[in-house]
Amino acid sequence: MKPAPFQYHRARDVDGAARLLAELGDDAKVIAGGQSLVAMMNYRLARPRHLVDIGGLRELDRMHRDAAGGLHIGALTTHHTVETDPAGVLRAGFEVLKKAMTWIGHLPIRTRGTVGGSMTHGDATAEWCLLAVVLDAEFVARGPQGERTIPAGDFFHGYYTTALDPDEILVEIVFPRPAPHAALTEFAERRGDFALVAAAVDLDVAEGEVRGGRVALGGVAAAAVRVPEAEAVLTGGGSFEACASAAAEAVEPPADASGSTHYRKELVRTLVRRACEEAVSR
Amino acid sequence: MSDVPMNERKLVGKAVRRREDPRLLAGRGRFVDDIALPGMLHSQFVRSTVAHAELASVDVSAVREVPGVVAVFTAEDLQLGDIVAQLGRPLSEFVPTAMPILARDKVRYVGEPIAIVVARDAYAAEDGLEAAKVSYATLPPVMSEEAAFADGAPLVHVEAAHNTLVDVSLFATEGIDRIFDAAPCVVEVDARTGRQNALPLETRGAVAHWDDREEQLIVHTCTQIPHQVRTVASRCLRLDERAVRVVVPDMGGGFGQKCVVGREEIAAAAAALKLRRPVKWIEDRKDALSASFLAREQHYRARAAFDTEGRILALDADVVCDMGAYSCYPFTAGIEPLMASAEMPGVYKVPAYRVRGRAVTTNKAPTGPYRGVSRPQYVMVMERLFERAARELALDPVEIRRRNVITDFPYKGVNNITYDPGSYLESLNLCERLVKDEGWYEKQTAAAAEGRHIGIGYSCFSERTGYGSAAFAQRKMQVVPGFDISEVRMDTSGAVTFTTGTMNHGQSHETTMAQIVADELALDIGKVRLHQGDTDRITYGFGTFASRSITIGGSAVRLAAAKLGDKLRAIAASRWGVAPDEVELADGAARRRNTQDVLPYTEIADIAYLQAHLLPKDIEPGLSATATFDVFNDGTFSNATHACVVELHPGTGQVEILRYVCVEDCGVAINPQVVEGQCRGGIAQGIAGTLFEQVTYDAQGEPSATGFMDYKVPTAHEIPDVLIHHLETPCAFTETGAKGAGEGGTIGAPAAVLNAVNDALRPTGVELDHTPITPETVHRALNGAPSLESSS
Amino acid sequence: MNTDPVATHADLQLVTLDVNGEQHDVITEPRRTLVDVLRHELRLTGTHVGCEHGICGACTVLVDERPVRACLMFAAQAEGTCIRTVESLSEDGGGELNDLQRAFTEHHALQCGFCTPGFLMLAEGFLAERPEATKEEIREVVASNLCRCTGYQTIVEAIDACATARRGACAQRCESKEH
Repeated sequence: MKPAPFQYHRARDVDGAARLLAELGDDAKVIAGGQSLVAMMNYRLARPRHLVDIGGLRELDRMHRDAAGGLHIGALTTHHTVETDPAGVLRAGFEVLKKAMTWIGHLPIRTRGTVGGSMTHGDATAEWCLLAVVLDAEFVARGPQGERTIPAGDFFHGYYTTALDPDEILVEIVFPRPAPHAALTEFAERRGDFALVAAAVDLDVAEGEVRGGRVALGGVAAAAVRVPEAEAVLTGGGSFEACASAAAEAVEPPADASGSTHYRKELVRTLVRRACEEAVSR
Repeated sequence: MSDVPMNERKLVGKAVRRREDPRLLAGRGRFVDDIALPGMLHSQFVRSTVAHAELASVDVSAVREVPGVVAVFTAEDLQLGDIVAQLGRPLSEFVPTAMPILARDKVRYVGEPIAIVVARDAYAAEDGLEAAKVSYATLPPVMSEEAAFADGAPLVHVEAAHNTLVDVSLFATEGIDRIFDAAPCVVEVDARTGRQNALPLETRGAVAHWDDREEQLIVHTCTQIPHQVRTVASRCLRLDERAVRVVVPDMGGGFGQKCVVGREEIAAAAAALKLRRPVKWIEDRKDALSASFLAREQHYRARAAFDTEGRILALDADVVCDMGAYSCYPFTAGIEPLMASAEMPGVYKVPAYRVRGRAVTTNKAPTGPYRGVSRPQYVMVMERLFERAARELALDPVEIRRRNVITDFPYKGVNNITYDPGSYLESLNLCERLVKDEGWYEKQTAAAAEGRHIGIGYSCFSERTGYGSAAFAQRKMQVVPGFDISEVRMDTSGAVTFTTGTMNHGQSHETTMAQIVADELALDIGKVRLHQGDTDRITYGFGTFASRSITIGGSAVRLAAAKLGDKLRAIAASRWGVAPDEVELADGAARRRNTQDVLPYTEIADIAYLQAHLLPKDIEPGLSATATFDVFNDGTFSNATHACVVELHPGTGQVEILRYVCVEDCGVAINPQVVEGQCRGGIAQGIAGTLFEQVTYDAQGEPSATGFMDYKVPTAHEIPDVLIHHLETPCAFTETGAKGAGEGGTIGAPAAVLNAVNDALRPTGVELDHTPITPETVHRALNGAPSLESSS
Repeated sequence: MNTDPVATHADLQLVTLDVNGEQHDVITEPRRTLVDVLRHELRLTGTHVGCEHGICGACTVLVDERPVRACLMFAAQAEGTCIRTVESLSEDGGGELNDLQRAFTEHHALQCGFCTPGFLMLAEGFLAERPEATKEEIREVVASNLCRCTGYQTIVEAIDACATARRGACAQRCESKEH
């Protein structure tokens, strides 16, 4: 389990990395924390001829709030930094992110793994992808053509594919509005594993009443998905139970060795309800 | 125990700090991959990508062109002898099969080694693998017991009709059918257990080189059986056994997987011999999961007859073990069916018994021993039978066991085994007491009222340890393990070096065996040092497995130490002109009874080595003694009762273990902390097999798990703390009173967990008998969905 | 100073690593993982390899005081960081075991010892960041790595005992300052 040969390039800035990616074409891959990529390379399931290491770009490792209360997370921010939030930027509205981090692998994965790496890897069960979808995040990417912003709804294209061009670097993820009543929960057979199913909700609560909200699921399709049927139940003043049932009925998760379609739908029912209950109690 | 009274026990029985720890904690252990020799090369194996095929061609010419590759060898290049494991049984009962070191004409599982690539480093070796071109004439793979037995099934080995390697019917009590016909209560269990990987965290590996000065092939390898590896290496390579030296460094676990001779270690040795350069092979995790020795895939169809009081009248079992593609050496494919057949009645007074045990060969990676060997499975089946009978007869599940466990010892079982004294009933009662005292029955009732699902399950079992030559000869093994040899030697500084033929791989032998020697010779433990795992330094041995090390190895060690003690006394007595029985050993010196006369060991050693002219004529110079130990009866039985409390979560099907209690009896515990470590680790592995781990294959024979994402070894989050209580029924014939303690935890856990799950499922009417139990299975049971379990 | 936007390396490259306070220059292929360079180039064999896909944790080392999987990192990525391995724990370069190592032996938290260096570095990094960790938090962190021998209970107990003792020693120091 040793990787195939490659050439190693260390980026000194984002533009240089993007230029190099454009030059090298399909043979190149960006490495940040490497927590998914190196494992795949050790199995030789990924075998880039060139590796562009952006790990040293400290300017991508920061979090701040904007005037509107939105949260900006640099792509190289580690899960561990989000979890520990040393500068307290997640207070008042983004505690959900802090809490969600405990579902990602284990401590030694979270210390290296980055928010941007997880987003661009695009695993269908990844917590960050689910959070991006439920919280309407925006992705700021920079390439030789300059910078552009991609809404979460357009970013995830399916199994491990995203809207990023091969020569683009994800630099920042923006969560535009605070989400005081959001929660993420999931189920895996073993602590730290990829979830069989993960559910995230972001509820609109006013005067103690749930007026609506967003519901997203991981592990039920090729990428994290929003579930409008379940959201409609919330808007219509339906119970969490009804919302969870609507979510379970709306999806058709593929079966695999860990669970049948029937079982995964049942997990959706359980987890959406749990997420709603947790979110409203915040 | 021998007539020689145990010297005063100062260390035996105490939680002495481990001698192994300082180096392992400082990162100064020496594991096989830590060995680096000048000029060393690295190897990996071209492995079959198909489950069943004739090898049409193996073209490795391009491999040699890969940068960094030094050599590549196929079966044709090496011309090695095959590994053939034998049982002395007629062909109707056992079909011997040959396992070539590298596949020659046929491949029989995905991962089977075809060629060895040797390169300057492990990276280049793996580059080399990709350049090999193997073409296969594929055959339909045989992927299940049913497929193997089917009429006209393709044959994995042409010589094994019906793909059957072992078919034995060891017991059949006359009139057993009449007992079943007349019995008021007959219960049945159809249970399947998943294929598992013993999974030592250190994968297998070896470093081999030819030593011109010694004219020896030196093989550093992590094996539980160094001498048997030497035998096979010498035969496959056609060298005198003297010309092979097997050295075992620190080992990162084994659990049985390293208790068989691996093809790769022999191939690496052959490459080293051919190239006259050191060759290393370190199995990677992908290969360790898919192409190493596996275990435990068994199918039981069992029934038991009971009277109205819940007393068992008869047991009838058909056991099929899926042994995969080859017989392992030295145990053969008989290891699992023979164990299950011989021992299934277990702790219960079973008056009538019939059993058929079969080993079926399939196109899966081969199997070997794994901690507990069949006992985790048959104990689980027995305990299910008792639980089911208790339900039918409306008896308490603990009470039905109480009525059936053996209480009068020695007890001669229906399986012709004589059980030495144990605490079967006492452990059962105490375990139940501990569960009751913690209030679990009340908690269960309260939870049920809230609609929650808490279950309590028990497992009552014994474990035969200290299998001597007699017991293994009964199995008709051609390699009959049993005895062990120890040499104890004292130098002029009064320090002791001693040997054992057993092979520590986590069991703490450097500590526990030193405790025995230090007590016997009245020495500080710091003066005592164990040597193991070197075929040139150890006369002979059968290694470590079947919980034999302390029972047999430890007894040999004590006998040898006692012999050396006799010599120390004799020399001192000769100096004082008294009879040896006037002399006792204490605090590192010989002392003349009832006097102040003291002769420190250093002075005795001075005489024995440097002043030998002072020795009387009948005493030879030097201070060393050798002793052997064997068990001539049926061995000694450790026993335990486990209790497990689980909660089932209806929303996810998750099985949460709330409490685990173990009451165990392994006779005299040489080091109770070590015994507890064995219990806890064993229980963790038992839970792993019951709830998490399984190797599966698709219809083409592709293994599902090549990483830890799919082979779900449980973590600290899943494994509960275990409350352990010790009972002590000393063994009467081991030299220390100890019984084996290595496997009990693993044996007891599956039954306890499965019974607890079924207890929690009681309101649903669903009973589960197959393991591993998945969350989906539990979810379906709790929510009234159709079961995924099927008995076909 | 090189101002190229990228630094490109061909087949072999020079990697400078700071390991246990010592600088090492290694000429190696870029594809070498950190754990392979530590073990086979620097001969620091205390760090072990168990799975090479980041799950078992036998290769856990500290990079800038945080526990990481040395199998999921190329050595080249570790340039400019401070790496600590199990060899750095013993006081006086291997003579005396430190308090965490002693807690492991006292609680019988190791059997075969293969996973042990990974657990030690995991705990060392975690306790440095969260000295006030509860036993439940410790259990969650112990769940990061795999052990096949112990059943984990004694590993959790050893780390918890070490954390408690360190807190006690710290409180004592604070108290003695106050007096």
